[in-house]
Amino acid sequence: MQGVPILSVDRLRVEFPTRRGTLVAVHDASFEIARGEVLGVVGESGAGKSVTGAAVIGLIDPPGRIAGGEVRLDGVRIDNLPNERMRKVRGREIGAVFQDPLTSLNPLYTIGRQIVETIRTHLPMGEADARRRAVALLEEVGIPAADRRIDHYPHQFSGGMRQRVVIALALAAKPKLIIADEPTTALDVSIQAQIIQLLKRLCRDHATAVMLVTHDMGVIAETADRVAVMYAGRIVEIGPVADVIHRPRHPYTVGLMGSIPSIGATVERLTQIDGTMPRLDAVPAGCAYHPRCPHAFDRCRRERPELVPAGRTSAACWLADVTAGVPA
Amino acid sequence: MSVLVRLVDLTRTFDVSPPWLNRVLEGRPRVLLKAVEGVSLDIRRGETLGLVGESGCGKSTVARLIVGLHAPTRGRVEYGGVVLAGEGAVAAEAAKRRQARRSMQMIFQDPYASLNPRWRVADIVAEPLVTQDEALPRNQIAERVDRLLVQVGLAAADGAKYPHQFSGGQRQRISIARALATEPAFLVCDEPTSALDVSVQAQVLNLMRDLQRRMGLTYLFISHNLAVVHHIADRVGVMYLGRIVELAPTARLFGDPQHPYTRMLLDAVPDLRMTGAPRVAVAGEVPNPLDPPTGCAFHPRCPHANERCRREVPTLKACAVDGEVACHAVDDGRLPPRAVPTLVA
Repeated sequence: MQGVPILSVDRLRVEFPTRRGTLVAVHDASFEIARGEVLGVVGESGAGKSVTGAAVIGLIDPPGRIAGGEVRLDGVRIDNLPNERMRKVRGREIGAVFQDPLTSLNPLYTIGRQIVETIRTHLPMGEADARRRAVALLEEVGIPAADRRIDHYPHQFSGGMRQRVVIALALAAKPKLIIADEPTTALDVSIQAQIIQLLKRLCRDHATAVMLVTHDMGVIAETADRVAVMYAGRIVEIGPVADVIHRPRHPYTVGLMGSIPSIGATVERLTQIDGTMPRLDAVPAGCAYHPRCPHAFDRCRRERPELVPAGRTSAACWLADVTAGVPA
Repeated sequence: MSVLVRLVDLTRTFDVSPPWLNRVLEGRPRVLLKAVEGVSLDIRRGETLGLVGESGCGKSTVARLIVGLHAPTRGRVEYGGVVLAGEGAVAAEAAKRRQARRSMQMIFQDPYASLNPRWRVADIVAEPLVTQDEALPRNQIAERVDRLLVQVGLAAADGAKYPHQFSGGQRQRISIARALATEPAFLVCDEPTSALDVSVQAQVLNLMRDLQRRMGLTYLFISHNLAVVHHIADRVGVMYLGRIVELAPTARLFGDPQHPYTRMLLDAVPDLRMTGAPRVAVAGEVPNPLDPPTGCAFHPRCPHANERCRREVPTLKACAVDGEVACHAVDDGRLPPRAVPTLVA
C-alpha cells in the first residue's frame, strides 16, 4: 500500500435502536483500501458485512446510525457529513453496485437518460458530451451496439447486461471508490464470471478502489487482493486473500473454508460448524464464536480477543495470539 | 443397481401466448415455451443423480414433472416400473400409482416459503402421515414425529414451536423431516441448500448424506451450484435450454467434461484455488427460450460449432469415455481436448 489509502475506516460502530434495546450491527470495524485495491468483505447472513458497506456510503436507514468511529475518503472525513453533502459524495466519489440490478435502475427511463443524468449531476458536461461519455461507458462495460442500446429501457436487457449498465452508472462520475454489495449473487455462473472479470479490469484501468461485499468465498478468491472475514458484527480476520484462504488463522475462517464444497477435492463429509451465528441480541460474552469453536478454552468465554497481527494477516483469536497457528 | 425412476422422452410445453383478444385484434401468434424437451434418463436405486444448469434450463420443471406437479406434454415418467404420468399411464394402475407417489417426496429451495407459518412444527411434520392414513392414532403420529425430528438433528420438544422460531438451516431440517414422514424411497430436492449460508449448507448436505446411507434413499438433487453437485452426486446431468446435453458419473464429468457447455460452466465456476489465476472469458448468454437457436441450442456460444450444429439437433449418445453426450463435435471426433486452466496451489 502506498500513500494515503482511498478509504480508511477506523473503529466503525453501527447501532440499531429497537424496543428491546440497542443492537450493535458493526463493532469496531477498522480497515483500509488502497488505490486500485479490491478488499473483499465476507461473512454469513447477519455478520454485518452489508451494513458496513452501507455505513461507508452513508446509507444506513434510520433509526440505525453510525455510533462511533470514523470513515475517511482520501483523507477527508465523510461519516459526519450532512445529508446534502453526502449526496454529492455518493455518485461523485463513491459508486455503488447492488445485488439486484433491477432495483438500481428506474424502469420508466431509458438507460441513456439515467446515465446522462448521473454524469451531468456530478461532472460539468453538456448534454451532447455527457451522451458521448455514456456511450463510451456502455462500450467499456461490454454492451454491444452501445450507441443503439443507450435508448433502450432496463426491461429490454438481460440480467447480466443490466448489471453491466449498473456498473457503467457507478463509474459514470469517475469515483475513487466502488462499493459492490453481492454484485454477482443474482446472476448465473457463466454471467457471474463475466461480471467479476469486468469489475477487476475496470478497477485496474481506472485505479478505483473496490469494497466487494459477498458471501461467496469463490468470488472473493478470484477478485479480491485482501479479504476481511466478519462474524457477529466484528472483523475476525483480515489479510491478503491467498493467506486467508490457504492459511486461515481464525477457527471460524478455518471452518468456513472447510464447509465450502470444492470441485477440486472429493471429501466424504464437509467440515461442519455446528450451530448458527448468534442473533445480534444474544451475542455471547468473550469471543462471539466460542460456543461453536472446537478450540475454545476458558479465556475465550471470559475475554474478547482483539485483532492481532500474525504474519501477514491479523486474527482476533486467543490461539493466534499465543501460538503460531491454529490447529485445523 | 436397478432403475427406480425412468424418464422417457419427457417433454413439457407451456403456453405463454398473449390473451385471446390480443391474438385476434393484433394478429399476434400463439407462443409456446418448450421448458423440457425429450429428456430421457434413469435414476438408479440408492444413487444421487445431480441435475445442473443455469436459470431457465428446465431443471426445476423436470423435478415438478416427476413428482406430478406438472403433467407431461409428451413422454412419460416411470417409477419402479409403474407409469406415473404421460403416455402409457393406464386407469387400471391408479392404485399402484398412488402407492408409488407416496414413496416419493420433494424438498424445496426456500424453507421460509415452504412451511406454513401458522402451524406448529409437529403438525407440519405430521401432515403427510395424516394425509396418507387418516385412521392413524394420535399417539402413534406423535411418536413418529418425535422420532423424525430427532433423526434430522432437532429435539422432540421443537415440535411445539412455530417455524419463525427457527433459523434457515433448522427450517430446512424441518422440511427434510416432513419429507421423510411417509418413509419415502425417493426424494426430489430442488435447490435444497441454495438459500442457506455455507456453514449451514455443509450441515444440511452432511445430514442428507447420513440419511441416505442409513435409509438407502435415492435422491434427485437439483442445483445451479456445481461444487455442491460435485460433492453430493454420484452421477450428474447437465441441462441447457430444456435438454440434457451431458450425463456422466461425477468424477468423469468434472474431470474430463466433453460437451463444450459443460466445459464452459466448469471454467466459469469461481473456485478457492483460483486466486489470482487468469481465466478465459465466457462469451454470450443463455438465448431466449421462446426463440431457441436452430440445431444445437448451444451453437451461438460454442467455439466448435459448424454447419451441422446450426442445422441438426444433436441427440444424447454414449461417448468414448464414460457417460453420454449430445454434441456433433464429439460425435464427429473434431472436439479438441480441454485446455485445463492452470491452478495456483
